[in-house]
Amino acid sequence: MDTENMQKAMPTLSFEERIEKDEKIEARDWMPEEYRRTLIRQISQHAHSEIVGMLPEGNWVTRAPSLKRKAILLAKIQDEAGHGLYLYAACETLGVSRDDLLRELHSGKAKYSSIFNYPALTWADMGAIGWLVDGAAIMNQIPLCRTSYGPYVRAMVRICKEESFHQRQGYEIMLTLSRGTEVQRNMAQDALNRWWWPSLMMFGPGDSDSVHSLQNLRWKIKRFSNDELRQRFVDMTVPQADLLGLKIPDPRLCWNPERNHYDFGPIDWDEFWNVVKGNGPCNRERLSDRVAAYENGAWVRDAAIAHAQKQRSKQVPAAS
Amino acid sequence: MSIGIERVEYVLHLADNALILGQRLGEWCGHGPVLEQDIAMTNIALDYIGRARMLYQYAAGICSPESTEDQLAFMRNEWEYRNLLLVERPNGDFAHTVARQFFLEAFQMDYFKALQHSGDATLSAIAEKSIKETAYHFKWASEWVIRLGDGTEISHHRMQEAVDALWPFTGELFCEAPCESWMRKSFDCPDPAAMRSGWSARLQSVFAAAGLEIPTGNWMQEGGKTGRHTEHMGYILAEMQYMQRAYPGMEW
Repeated sequence: MDTENMQKAMPTLSFEERIEKDEKIEARDWMPEEYRRTLIRQISQHAHSEIVGMLPEGNWVTRAPSLKRKAILLAKIQDEAGHGLYLYAACETLGVSRDDLLRELHSGKAKYSSIFNYPALTWADMGAIGWLVDGAAIMNQIPLCRTSYGPYVRAMVRICKEESFHQRQGYEIMLTLSRGTEVQRNMAQDALNRWWWPSLMMFGPGDSDSVHSLQNLRWKIKRFSNDELRQRFVDMTVPQADLLGLKIPDPRLCWNPERNHYDFGPIDWDEFWNVVKGNGPCNRERLSDRVAAYENGAWVRDAAIAHAQKQRSKQVPAAS
Repeated sequence: MSIGIERVEYVLHLADNALILGQRLGEWCGHGPVLEQDIAMTNIALDYIGRARMLYQYAAGICSPESTEDQLAFMRNEWEYRNLLLVERPNGDFAHTVARQFFLEAFQMDYFKALQHSGDATLSAIAEKSIKETAYHFKWASEWVIRLGDGTEISHHRMQEAVDALWPFTGELFCEAPCESWMRKSFDCPDPAAMRSGWSARLQSVFAAAGLEIPTGNWMQEGGKTGRHTEHMGYILAEMQYMQRAYPGMEW
């Protein structure tokens, strides 16, 4: 890869200067190997999160409570599959194939967002996932629309538009539940109780413990620190929970007029690292579902390739 | 209201076909053989759920003022559903899903064209929309029948096996239920039996390209159109109706 990169025309400005000037780096441009590796890791992790994220929601397609909700949920999951596609395609511009990336996911080497290792237990979880999980994802992703790598930027612009739509849909599910019967309000509160802390964990470890943060900020792959984004999310979400009449499960949550932010209680990083390491409630199921889908589909992919080859070989003599 | 009973039953037959097939396709969500096909199947499922909604809304309108699309979709008993047995067949492997889709779309290609010219304006409008969707669904299913039939030895074997397994459920497509005959006489709705030649021609051309054999068995299973279903139906409803049954009368 290094030799190949060196053969490419060196830009007039150095890589660091281009980053400094907020120029977008494109697939054919020279880039440090570590920058490429970081992008592949980050974009593929995002792609994997989209397709693993289809599972907890897919779990509710067949049980959605109304036809309208069923259609909305199907459309949402379809968007997520589409996001997975753009992101795998963005990775491919960095010289790695989708099959390679999937192999890394299936072997457990590549990570995906840990949030999807929590179970979607009730219909209210479809609301909470949209509201909180997609809400946190947007917080993380909007700055990525200005990240330094061009193909990633273009994928993210599209993704963010759809994600914000999903977040509103999720909130609307919560709103309907909160205005419904007592059992519906309880369902909504229970979902908030279970998804709140894992959602805060979605921003990753605190700034002092984040391994990749500093270099990523310097290369403008990241634009804000984990803790900054987490605070922004809490500040945005608390009034939304108030509007729903639901209680955020944090006794230490309160407005701090001096900081002009909400203070919140400590995050259980022990739980976070355990879920990351594979000990979450659904890690094994999620991964084995993905592996099963891939393995059960192998004969279909083989057939499509074999058929295409046969078609091509039929066309060659006809053309000559 | 007696004048509307057959019409309601007929609309429910079309709606139930769309709902149950949409439900089945929705089961694939997140588990497709390749991401592009996951998206394709979700797309088709969405078309079917959308069609089911239009039809249930129409049926609810002629049923009674209190009736709603969700009540019709989720709160009826098993024997009140009027869908074809074919659409309730389990997804099986991808070949079974493709075969099920292909058999139905090959039928619907002509059916919706004919329904478009019926004397029922709402059904005619729904048919017009369905023609476009069916053309895409039929293309998707035929291409996969050919890919799998022609692809590898394994895929050929699986495709033929799926075709053979679903064959006994194709006869019902062409049996005219009492409500269909009433709608044919009253509103010039299509006679399903008249779809057979077009259906057979499509099978012949696609199966020839796929190197598949058209099964010859002529003992057919039927009953869905009149509410006598297979054992699978109860499980579909248990899952699909769960929320509405567990929490009746609530808004979602």
